[in-house]
Amino acid sequence: MTVAAPGKPPAAQARDTRTARHPWLTVLATAVRLCLASLVVLLAIIGPLVSPGTPTALVTFAFAKPSGHFPLGSDFLGRDVLARVLNGGWVLLIMAAAATAFGIIVGTAAGVSAAYRRGRADGLIMRTVDVILAFPQLVFALLLVSVIGPKLWLIVLAVGLSHAPQVARVIRSATLDITERDFVKVVELQRMRPSKVMAREILPNLISPLMVEAGLRLTYSIVIMSGLSFLGFGQQPPAANWGLMINENRIGLELNPWAVIVPAALIALLTIGTNTFTDAVARVTLGVDRLPEEAVLTDDLGLGRTT
Amino acid sequence: MRANLAGKWPTAERGHRRDAGPHTITADRARRESAVAVAAAPAKPPAARRLEAHPIAELVARRLAAGVLTLLVVSVVVFLATQVLPGNAAYAVLGRSANPVRLHALERQLHLDRGIFEQYWLWLSGLFTGRLGTSLANGQSLWALVQPRLVNSAVLVFVTGLIGSVAGVALGAVAALRKDSWFDHVTSVAALAVTALPEFVVAIALIILLATVVAHLLPAVSLLPPGTYAWSQPKLLILPVATLVIVIVPYIFRMMRAAMIEALESDYVEMARLKGVPEWQIVLAHALPNAIAPTIQVIGLNFLYLAGGVVVVEFVFNFPGIGQGLVFAVQNRDIPVIQFIVLVLAAFYVVMNIVTDVIALLATPRRRIAR
Repeated sequence: MTVAAPGKPPAAQARDTRTARHPWLTVLATAVRLCLASLVVLLAIIGPLVSPGTPTALVTFAFAKPSGHFPLGSDFLGRDVLARVLNGGWVLLIMAAAATAFGIIVGTAAGVSAAYRRGRADGLIMRTVDVILAFPQLVFALLLVSVIGPKLWLIVLAVGLSHAPQVARVIRSATLDITERDFVKVVELQRMRPSKVMAREILPNLISPLMVEAGLRLTYSIVIMSGLSFLGFGQQPPAANWGLMINENRIGLELNPWAVIVPAALIALLTIGTNTFTDAVARVTLGVDRLPEEAVLTDDLGLGRTT
Repeated sequence: MRANLAGKWPTAERGHRRDAGPHTITADRARRESAVAVAAAPAKPPAARRLEAHPIAELVARRLAAGVLTLLVVSVVVFLATQVLPGNAAYAVLGRSANPVRLHALERQLHLDRGIFEQYWLWLSGLFTGRLGTSLANGQSLWALVQPRLVNSAVLVFVTGLIGSVAGVALGAVAALRKDSWFDHVTSVAALAVTALPEFVVAIALIILLATVVAHLLPAVSLLPPGTYAWSQPKLLILPVATLVIVIVPYIFRMMRAAMIEALESDYVEMARLKGVPEWQIVLAHALPNAIAPTIQVIGLNFLYLAGGVVVVEFVFNFPGIGQGLVFAVQNRDIPVIQFIVLVLAAFYVVMNIVTDVIALLATPRRRIAR
């Protein structure tokens, strides 16, 4: 084993050697990952503009095999799969992005104020976090959908809210570290208002964990949103939606598999792209080989509970 | 050995934080661990320690109390969300077929004609006395409806958890031992790619490959009627289990690999090597137990994930479990069933969380002394 350089625990140093070997290779790999995700995003955005027909028009018989007219065949009602694929992504993406933004904003606000104010506010916020964390994310969304119905704004709100506690935990732990630093102490001695300290001094230092969190939450949002659509609780028929398409057309898998394979592959490419890109960001900015939430969980075991 | 390591870290950590700028989790962890080791250093005489409550027992008791409290609040949230939030649940259930007579009957069945507190109390006390009520969809007793589904889902979760944990730990350990080999690279890239895949995409891929388009080896959907047990036709379990295993293994693999590499590069393994301990013994007796300890928490997390993951997978494969029951109940707005299943899943979540923490604590000796 090499002699541990001062400044890093041995494990962190061991991990660094791997990424340090080919820096340009890492950059290239990251670019490929980003391209993967952005290609799908691009397809979803410009899809409606280049779509050969309307996604809801009945054009041929059900589950027609791919042909010259319809390169991807037709779906269970005889609609053009290509048109539906091109039109079926943008709502999913907007909803996932909105839920991510909502979750990050609420979670960051909760995490920073819990860590900075400590005391009763901390206890209250973290207990609320515990309650929301007691629901699996998908189940939490289903619970709200079950009553109000599959409204899109509700799904965005529910998924965003279910992200918030996880973001809050990560951000709280990061903030705890920052509040001990000198530059925070200095402005506190200058009697800067707490809200200003949080916004001006602490928030800018949370950029790297926030970037990683945003990437993670975006990936999970896409997974949950497409899952809800797949279950039939997202966009309602006859709307075109990748998740919904997979469920609608899987009975005809033997007849025209492309009606299922293409939307499934697009969702897969999208989540793989966002996740691997997030992973690269995490390696660079946090220098860790594992997801931040895992690190926090193994970290505060039996110690982080402030009671 | 540990004390030696811990003594080195505080200084290392100070230097690290000065030049590293923004927060790093590794530094944070090092700081806390060193704090623990330092706090534990002035050991109390054994007699004094025995007089105190056992730290683990105390922790378990505290977590249990917090868990019960959390569940109570969860029950209020579930109740409020389903019964009170939309104004009138009876109207929501009946939808277009609502007429005054049916509305009135349903309001009485759901106790909507009483006050909120009384409604909640009737529901909560019903949970404990076994008077769970009946399903709105078919009038069947709730317990008769949910019990076989619970058993089926439990089988699915535990078979998956067992296979997934063993596979993840084994693959992670091998990848760490052969670090930077082709095996390590292939498995690491594959794990990273699969980590993010939605369950239903994996399920559909398996169905395409094994059950429909490419090969017809296994049944694509289970034709088990609700109310029967899954083990009567084990073949039907294969695809749901395989899907969930594929989804959970990457997490366990990644954690195990990282922990194993950390253990293999540690001072105590170095020490054992210098002493001339045979390599297989170093791996099995020194590195493996130390790497499994942090992995247990991730395994626990994956059991937690399974509580939500079964919903989609059971729906895909038409597997008569609690997740499929929840989807059906949401489709039919069967409020008593939704309330009960969500509460069961939340209870599983809370209990598993405590169990995981305790096991991880037991597996990490140096944390037993610290609180």
